[in-house]
Amino acid sequence: MIKINVASVWVDDQAKALDFYTDKLGFVKKTDIPMGGDARWLTVVSPAVPDGVELLLEPDGHPASRQLKDALVADGIPFTQFAVDDVYAEHERLTGLGVAFTQEPTDLGPVVTAVLDDTCGNLIQLATMK
Amino acid sequence: MDADLFKALGDATRRTILDELVERDGQTLFEICGRLTMKHGLTSSRQAISQHLAVLEEAGLVHTRREGRYKFHHVDTSPLRAIVERWPIDAEEADS
Repeated sequence: MIKINVASVWVDDQAKALDFYTDKLGFVKKTDIPMGGDARWLTVVSPAVPDGVELLLEPDGHPASRQLKDALVADGIPFTQFAVDDVYAEHERLTGLGVAFTQEPTDLGPVVTAVLDDTCGNLIQLATMK
Repeated sequence: MDADLFKALGDATRRTILDELVERDGQTLFEICGRLTMKHGLTSSRQAISQHLAVLEEAGLVHTRREGRYKFHHVDTSPLRAIVERWPIDAEEADS
């Protein structure tokens, strides 16, 4: 049986990314292994699912990844999505922590979404299914 | 200018884009596409929506604003004034 164990986001600075994804978003660090050079195999998980899918905070060292990220951000397109219990409450909490949103909570029928800037070069969608 | 304005208004998808921007001014391309798909069942590609926005911008009905790395779209209804200036709305009827 094949399973998804990690999903990646490309980050411009792993230490900064770890701070943002833990201190602001609320994930917890799962794995941190030096990979040579400055790179680390650095993952975080949701405290609600500590043995669930890990989010790999992967260095965006390849020049093409920066180009792609810039193009996505300009059009407001999120790199990935996380589920939250209440987008409105999360938006208020994160805004209070200084997190910038490119899309305020928006009711789209079956789902409410918002889009934030992860400060590492990506936009991230938060979603609450109704 | 007139031709651009009426051309821009003569399309249901572009009118819906204006509706959504009136509901919330200052949206990314992604948000506009999401609203059209999820709220209106429109299946136009992102590319097609981008072209619709270009037509609206040409008519002066939409302006884009760069803020850092993001680009936001804003509605501007002021070109519509030319329509009622050209064909004034009867004041009595407008009051009723």
